[in-house]
Amino acid sequence: MFQEQLHPRSHVRATAPTQRKRRVRTDWLTLPIGALALLMLWQLVVMVGDIPAFILPAPRKVAQSFAEMISTGRLWPHVGVTLFETLAGFAIGFAVATVVGYALAKRPHAERAVAPWLVAMQAVPIVALAPLLVSWLGVGLASKIAVSALIVFFPILINTIIGVRSVDQEWHELLSVLHATRWQRFRHLELPAALPVLFGGIKLGITLAVVGAVVGEFIGARTGLGALINIARGGFYDTALLFVALITLALMALALYSAVVLLERLLVRWRR
Amino acid sequence: MRDGLIVADHLSHQFQKRDGRVSALRDISLTVASGEFLAIVGPSGSGKSTLLRLFAGLLQPSEGCILYHGAPLTGTPPDISVVFQKPALLPWRTVADNIALPLQLSGEGSAQQRIAPLIEAVGLHGFGAAMPHELSGGMQQRVSLARALVSQPRLLLMDEPFAALDMMLRGEMNRLLLGLWEETRPTVVFVTHDLHEAVFLADRVIALSPRPGRVLRELAIELPRPRHTIERYGHDVQPYVEQLGALYERLGSREPAS
Repeated sequence: MFQEQLHPRSHVRATAPTQRKRRVRTDWLTLPIGALALLMLWQLVVMVGDIPAFILPAPRKVAQSFAEMISTGRLWPHVGVTLFETLAGFAIGFAVATVVGYALAKRPHAERAVAPWLVAMQAVPIVALAPLLVSWLGVGLASKIAVSALIVFFPILINTIIGVRSVDQEWHELLSVLHATRWQRFRHLELPAALPVLFGGIKLGITLAVVGAVVGEFIGARTGLGALINIARGGFYDTALLFVALITLALMALALYSAVVLLERLLVRWRR
Repeated sequence: MRDGLIVADHLSHQFQKRDGRVSALRDISLTVASGEFLAIVGPSGSGKSTLLRLFAGLLQPSEGCILYHGAPLTGTPPDISVVFQKPALLPWRTVADNIALPLQLSGEGSAQQRIAPLIEAVGLHGFGAAMPHELSGGMQQRVSLARALVSQPRLLLMDEPFAALDMMLRGEMNRLLLGLWEETRPTVVFVTHDLHEAVFLADRVIALSPRPGRVLRELAIELPRPRHTIERYGHDVQPYVEQLGALYERLGSREPAS
């Protein structure tokens, strides 16, 4: 103790890097417990309030409907189509946004010229463009992918620009002194430095991509979870089926988001 | 005088600021001899870092020219290293991988046989696999020093590398630097506002005036080498420090910390 105070050499401060605290993780329990509580509340509301099934079906009815959709295999085509539209839309939006974002980040003059157009584009709700896109591209997959890609574009673009700009000037000078090529500068500096910020945009983008696909399906589609909601609403007012579609959508978004978080942990291990 | 490793000939540099041009350096002429340890001192804003960036080819002079090996300097010379005031370590790389960066970029691969002894030499035994955020400021600057030395440069440019460290640690790092320098004796241009550090390290000290920086004085430090074993606050060091201190005091400028 006294020894340490007498010799305040700051490099003894760091402890051996391998020793880390191990803690029992309990936070994974919060999701199932929360879901269970919600189900109980739901059941309670239906029972006490005596609510008709077409307004709010009991959880048991929804579960029955869910089981039926799965056992007859009718759910999967809807899931498959929406998942495909979501992933394709995200991929296209991501690819265009990162390339444009990187180019703009490296050229502030170009960014100033393009920025008003981008903001104006963002000010128009993409959702409101969906009918237009469906009438241009038809009721097939293309229009949904387009809505999804457009909605993904902006958050990824902004995060790419911020991420690439976040690189310290001294790092750039270091790589200049080391005669780094443009590719090396990208690979060893800009990409790893921008990744944490970019992942913020990806998380936002992947959930928005689901929204884009579903909105596209609302306007006109025969398959897809958005189309299933339309089917459930129309004619029979099968509210239980509507809930099945909503829950499936939520689970899909959750799965996609979790996949992104997993990927982030793999790629951005250096930041605590 | 014209056969030095670096010859600066009537260098001036101006920065473009929003409210016009600011003159950082005015009419600097100096020579850095091959194998020399040169320190450049001056108060904040005297353009000493700017001068170093000109030597590194990171900035272009507004007037005058720089000769490197007798030829006009265009861009960054091939065999130099720079140590910045901030350690500028890449946070996603381990200590060893940060040190290996120059070799990796120049295509020499991460030669382990060169990196392990260097980690030892800068006093970071056992920290090769550590990440930069796990290190203290002093340790990070050790990594930065090792990274600068790994390519065995002929010219080492150092921009206030120890300015952020406390006084005791700075003395320790000075000794470490001198010990490493003795081994290969590269040419060093060392920028600092610490007069004591400059005298202890250098063969020659060039004192710059406040903005715009001009050469006020060149002072040869005739202390014996190797110096990393002599007393940093010894009787023979002090007179040089006092001379430089008096110079700035007469100027009526804010005296650089000593």
